[in-house]
Amino acid sequence: MKSSLAIARHELRRLFVSPLAWSLLAITQLLTGLLFALTLTDISLNPRSLGAYDGVSEMVGGGLLRFATLVLLFVVPLLTMRLLAEERKTGSLELLLAAPVSLVAVVAGKFAGLMAYLSLMLVLIVAMPLSLRLFTPLDLGLLASGAIGLWLVMAAFTAVGLFLSSLTREPTLAAIATLGVLLALWLLYAVSTMDWQPVIFGFALPIAGAAHALSLIGHRDALLHGVFASADVLYFVIFTLCFLALTVMRLDMDRSA
Amino acid sequence: MPGEIARANAGGIALSQRYRATDRGNRLMPSDTGLSAQGLARDYAGRRVVDDISLSVTAGQVLGVLGPNGAGKSTTLRMLAGTLAPSVGRVMLAGHDLALAPLAAKRHLGYLPEKPPVYAELTVDEYLHFCARVHGLARKRLTRAVDAAKQDCGLEDVGRRLIGHLSKGFQQRVGIAQAIVHAPDVLILDEPTAGLDPNQLRGVRELITRIAATRSVILSSHILSEIQAVASHVLIIHQGRVVFDASMEGAADSNADIVEIQLGAPPDTKTLAALGGVTAAEPVGSNRWRLRIEAGRDIRSELASTAVQRGWQLQELTRRAPDLEERFAALTSRSATELDPGVAA
Repeated sequence: MKSSLAIARHELRRLFVSPLAWSLLAITQLLTGLLFALTLTDISLNPRSLGAYDGVSEMVGGGLLRFATLVLLFVVPLLTMRLLAEERKTGSLELLLAAPVSLVAVVAGKFAGLMAYLSLMLVLIVAMPLSLRLFTPLDLGLLASGAIGLWLVMAAFTAVGLFLSSLTREPTLAAIATLGVLLALWLLYAVSTMDWQPVIFGFALPIAGAAHALSLIGHRDALLHGVFASADVLYFVIFTLCFLALTVMRLDMDRSA
Repeated sequence: MPGEIARANAGGIALSQRYRATDRGNRLMPSDTGLSAQGLARDYAGRRVVDDISLSVTAGQVLGVLGPNGAGKSTTLRMLAGTLAPSVGRVMLAGHDLALAPLAAKRHLGYLPEKPPVYAELTVDEYLHFCARVHGLARKRLTRAVDAAKQDCGLEDVGRRLIGHLSKGFQQRVGIAQAIVHAPDVLILDEPTAGLDPNQLRGVRELITRIAATRSVILSSHILSEIQAVASHVLIIHQGRVVFDASMEGAADSNADIVEIQLGAPPDTKTLAALGGVTAAEPVGSNRWRLRIEAGRDIRSELASTAVQRGWQLQELTRRAPDLEERFAALTSRSATELDPGVAA
């Protein structure tokens, strides 16, 4: 636990002394800020468009968080590639492997360090719709549910990225593979929206339902709509833990195979 | 119920006392503070790259692992440090089995890999603090430990510099500082002097000698003089196998002496080889020969009078022990088939 904390702090420090982390934070903020401004302009020009949504919170907050997921899809792979692939390439991973620290503590520390950084990003994003509270009543529950949803998406993306980062010693390869896997998970969501039920041996295969159950985005959508169901949260927790466990196994294999 | 709890408690105390007792025992027994390995072997893709390596170091010893590039030195050291699992064999570190109790064992280990495991974007101070913390040093002792390690490695003036901006030699020294910051009982250094200039080289040698006074050190090199300068024991590895293992005194004190002679009017090599006590004669340069002498015999005066009698015009006659360099060359130039009769047959 103590060593995990030391590794998490170390990762966070390493992030903030590198220009990459600051640039990613700035670009994310710029993009989400632009969308925020555009949405507000839209509302002020056609106030009636609000009628299609459950108020300002869902239109501004929901839209913003949905867009943030898309930005994260590109941001997270660039951050996770440094965690293991780059360390393996520069040889600094040997330090952690020879230290009296278990692999679980190494993976947990790295995950926690990056999540601390992403949480800061989340706070900055959520602060924008929250600032509207000065001018209009907001549905805080809906915003909170959305923020938790985005945080869980971050955790799931990071876990996938960490695992793929443990597979290679080429940081760029890790980043591209992570991007590919995350996009594939997105595609799964597209499948879930299709009305496609092939019939085999008289049974209708519930492909759409299965895809929806497996898709990250489907579970996030429920949270963005303010439906805080434990099933959705549990999905993210299990998803994240699975990939973290795979990372630990992969690092252990490294030593023996 | 209360009785049960009391009994369980008593058991707990007995257990902890026993652990304390063995702990103290470990500290008293020198063999338990060092490192020993038995029958280490490692396969890569079905090919055995390191085979049957056994070694041991105790406090106060420096074991030099010598071998040509690609002999399996780094693979061996990585297995000793626990970053690579051996296919066969086991490693005991400070009385703990590295495979069964890795965390307890690694607490006593300082390791410098072939490539210093540094983060270019951190300063020397930040980096060493992190290293001390992952090795479980208490917060109170951190600053003192880091200062001591910096002083030992001559890094006092670069504490606030980024590691990425330092020269190769300084990065190497940061790597060494990282290995000693938590005052480990066993120190494993893979080519610690790579990239250092002659002054730094001397500094690192002095540092290793100083550390070795109370601790066990294993270091590898493909440069013989490095090992000769600091090691008390030497292990030569060639093609993944131990081909030579002795203390440095043993290595110098050989069982076959060498006499070098220079003659003005020499006979042919065969005549020299046929002399009493000479096992082999080998020409080295014009009118010079290197004669291998039977163990335990000194034939210098005999040789001098023979030379005078036969009118060979003796110009120079010196006796010396074959040095490690000759042994190294002889041992590592042999092919694998010669070393392993099983393969040849």
